[in-house]
Amino acid sequence: MTVTISPLDRKLLRDLWHLRGQAIAIALVLAAGVALFVTLLGTMRSLGDTRDAYYERYRFADIFAPVKRAPNQLRVELARIHGVAAVQTRIFSGVTLDVPGLAEPATGQLVSQVDPTTGSLNNIVLRSGRLLAPGADDEVIISNAFADKNDLGPGDSIKAVLNGRRQQLRIVGTALSPEFVYALSPGTIVPDDRRFGILWMNRDALAAAFDLEGAFNAVALKLQRGASEPAVIAAVDRILAPFGGTGAFARQDQTSHFFLTGELDQLAGFSRLIPPIFLAVAAFLLNIVVTRLIATEREQIGLLKAFGYSDIAVATHYAKLVLAITAAGIIVGLAAGTWLGLSMTSYYTRFFQFPFVYFRPQPDLFAFATAIAVAAALLATATTLRRIMRLTPAVAMSPPAPPSYRHSWLDHRSLIAWLGQPSRMILRHITRWPLRAALTTIGLSMPVAVLITSFFFFGAIEAFIDFHFDQTARQDVTMTFFEPSQADVRRTLAHLPGVLAVEGYRAVPAKLTSGTRQKRVAITGYPQGADLSRLLDGALQPITLPAEGLLLTTRLADFLAARPGDTVTVSVMEGRRPTREMPVVGLIESYLGIGAYMDLAALNRLMLEGPVLSGAYLMTDAAEEERLYRALKDSPAVAGVALRRTALESLRDTLAENLLISVTFTTAFATIIAFGVVYNSARIALSEQGRELASLRVLGFTRGEVTYILLGELAILILVALPIGSLIGYGLAAAILHGLNNDLYRIPLVVTPATYGYAWTVVVVASLLSSLIVARRIGQLDLIAVLKTRE
Amino acid sequence: MSIDPNRRRVSLCPPDGPNQQPPELSHINAFLRGALRVSAAHGLNSRPIEATEHPLVAGSQPQTEIAPAFRVRGLTKTYQTDGIAVHALRGVDLDIATGELLVLVGPSGSGKSTLLNILGGLDKPTEGDVFFHDAALTRMTTSDLTTYRRHHVGFVFQFYNLIPSLTAVENVRLVTEIATDPMSPEDALAMVDLTDRIDHFPSQLSGGEQQRVAIARAIAKRPEVLLCDEPTGALDSHTGIVVLEAIERVNRELGTTTALITHNAAIGMMAHATVRFHDGKIAGIERNPNRQPANSISW
Repeated sequence: MTVTISPLDRKLLRDLWHLRGQAIAIALVLAAGVALFVTLLGTMRSLGDTRDAYYERYRFADIFAPVKRAPNQLRVELARIHGVAAVQTRIFSGVTLDVPGLAEPATGQLVSQVDPTTGSLNNIVLRSGRLLAPGADDEVIISNAFADKNDLGPGDSIKAVLNGRRQQLRIVGTALSPEFVYALSPGTIVPDDRRFGILWMNRDALAAAFDLEGAFNAVALKLQRGASEPAVIAAVDRILAPFGGTGAFARQDQTSHFFLTGELDQLAGFSRLIPPIFLAVAAFLLNIVVTRLIATEREQIGLLKAFGYSDIAVATHYAKLVLAITAAGIIVGLAAGTWLGLSMTSYYTRFFQFPFVYFRPQPDLFAFATAIAVAAALLATATTLRRIMRLTPAVAMSPPAPPSYRHSWLDHRSLIAWLGQPSRMILRHITRWPLRAALTTIGLSMPVAVLITSFFFFGAIEAFIDFHFDQTARQDVTMTFFEPSQADVRRTLAHLPGVLAVEGYRAVPAKLTSGTRQKRVAITGYPQGADLSRLLDGALQPITLPAEGLLLTTRLADFLAARPGDTVTVSVMEGRRPTREMPVVGLIESYLGIGAYMDLAALNRLMLEGPVLSGAYLMTDAAEEERLYRALKDSPAVAGVALRRTALESLRDTLAENLLISVTFTTAFATIIAFGVVYNSARIALSEQGRELASLRVLGFTRGEVTYILLGELAILILVALPIGSLIGYGLAAAILHGLNNDLYRIPLVVTPATYGYAWTVVVVASLLSSLIVARRIGQLDLIAVLKTRE
Repeated sequence: MSIDPNRRRVSLCPPDGPNQQPPELSHINAFLRGALRVSAAHGLNSRPIEATEHPLVAGSQPQTEIAPAFRVRGLTKTYQTDGIAVHALRGVDLDIATGELLVLVGPSGSGKSTLLNILGGLDKPTEGDVFFHDAALTRMTTSDLTTYRRHHVGFVFQFYNLIPSLTAVENVRLVTEIATDPMSPEDALAMVDLTDRIDHFPSQLSGGEQQRVAIARAIAKRPEVLLCDEPTGALDSHTGIVVLEAIERVNRELGTTTALITHNAAIGMMAHATVRFHDGKIAGIERNPNRQPANSISW
């Protein structure tokens, strides 16, 4: 059987070959849009599915509640709460670790562990070694990432100070847990798996170490389907209050889940924001290319119709051309999207600690991406296709009327009096087709905007770091005590090696209520004249701590709708649990966490306690670092040590890795847009003005002068697009941060000149390169043909 | 030996006739001197060519004592199209005297356009030489040819090729801006009787008017050579004559050496000579001792 290709299809193939440069450029932009769509949504779904399956299979709890010390019998009462399916009472504690090979002390989160086969909650996934032997009081299973980063495994041991007793812990296994997909030590926003790990221990051993025999200090609950979360939380709080409950919270406030969900939300946000930009630009390019093609093939269209081809047949022929380019874009996009989705998912699996990944083929997603790409392409060319249908053979076969120019406002105000003729040609061309110029400008502004949305993070994070680590929390070491300690602990700390200054603080959990709004936060008391960890106002100036009243972070004040002068109800959830009406006396700026601050002595008075501290900030001498770390590792009273240097390092490392990936991809994609728009615009300009330009060459204009006329218009549009794209980019950055910022951290909206510089450079370089490819064709203009032929 | 770019003004009644070379012309001379060095290196200008050697142009009355503007020797042009050799020119010899108005006629494909393109620096021959004064066009680089066209040649096209986004005066200014000793665009348009339409865009002008703008644009730089390819081909006879009058006037008043391709043999009546092309060769040259004014021609 021989396959015969109809003459029209043969023409289609030749047209495609003739337009290959432009077709490829458009297909690439379209492919980028489809790929991003598939990547972002596919990753989001895979990650979401993986998370849900993980939670389900390992029974991640729905409600969590810390408590000071509650008797085990309370478990029955908790289980009786309406809507509760399962209760797990546990022992949680922070611990300072001495990890072999690590100079500074690490922080461990101790979690009591029961046999995971008993149908309990928050079950661990053993990755190596074995489960804890019943009754063993020195065995631990450690979190997988912590083991990897420190090269630890079953058979190794680490030293810890458990409630004042220094103890050697034998590692018997490594594990993952749905509770610690994103393992953060308190007060940080990026994981530092080298210095923070989860340690699962037998409950009895922990109870013995922390004087919690017959008691627990944490509870996790699983809800029945359809149970009321707020009602259960209220019931749990009521039951635990007498035993020092500091407030139950739902899964959405659980740190690991919070960050994981935030990441998924961000993917969803990007998938709504970025792919449409690419599809819109591709649609615009298809429109201008097809419109131009029809203009050059006008006579052919008339001829085909004169031969008896129907309007539909001719329009279909051109629709096929559009669809061929679109199909190429879709195929490349789906393939690239799947590959990117896989890489991104596997990256996320490393970043988040998952035991398995669901990445399934997603035919519905493919179908949806295909549908919107085809719809965008046909929509973009619908007007042109309709024009083909309407063209009568007689009209089509006579040449189109030459473009008519009229005097415009440009001439009247002698705006162009000082311009040479080539520049006038450029300006008149822009004002003759203002819509196309505007759309081209917008098309060119998009890569600038897209680049800014990823690159601005570098500067914004630096602003965050500068504010938080250099202006606010300037201490080198933050120590948290097991128990509130008497204020004279400061003297002991001051004598540690290398300690230059000590400032104590008191932090208590409390519920702040204003009207109907309520928030669980920490109230932190600072000593007067605190200079290591400082409180800054909106203008970043240090605030003098008022003797009475509360300072709120701006985000908390916004949430509570409380302003200085208003009164809020403070219900402390520690100690004697006082409840007081307190005035808000000022607002402070904070990029890390939300909370309330007050004078240390006033807080001690509020708590009806003596001068006690929850922890201390240290300024240290870097030269004495090692000796200080050794001392801290052995210090019995320390539940956790956070180091400014390592916190900064891990923040920068994590962000550098994340941002580098995102900036690399954005740069590639933005380059594709810039290339697509510039290349197509220049090719169309060349096609439209080729005859003019060749005439000018005949008249003795040099290639350079003619190139100026060809590309001058684009150059102007690019120059206009740069600031417009910067504005759009700033807006997008603001929108992204609005979605990203939360109660745990806030990235300031800072777009540095370097960000604009980078975005502009990428777009200008991509534009230059693609326009040079087109400019080369000026040398190939047929000078002789212009003498003879009418267009 | 150097070229005096004002030479053209010597022979025929210059309207203003400056005899001194404007300083801005020096770079053209430098360029042409460069071209001459090339010719000298090839020994091409060492052989003085006597007018008598070329009976085809012998007897052109006004310029006998002046070296010709163009000397064409053994010009051959062969195009290779899909492996088939097309001989556009098969050994053409021709001298064109300075200030002469020459009409080139012949059937399609006879070689007249190819010759015009080579004279205009748009194309290069396969063999043979073309001298513009003493500069060998055939030895020039592409960018030299651009400079040659820019400063020495005016073109008039069949389809006018005006820039649609520029008004009449701006179309002329386009060329005067890059010329070294142009006339004012307004003067150029006055020479073609278009003073009242200088601010019109091409789409607002008739075909004849557009062609006159094109002529004004071609002559505004005071070129030594005006090359016209079917300038009346797209015009009716009445409008065509107005255009021919403009060409005639430019040739007469500026002394511009003019070559004009046409299918219309009647136009030969206004020329100093008509060159007939046939099959890539010159089939004959008819001197025209009784030139008629353009407005007396009819077809």
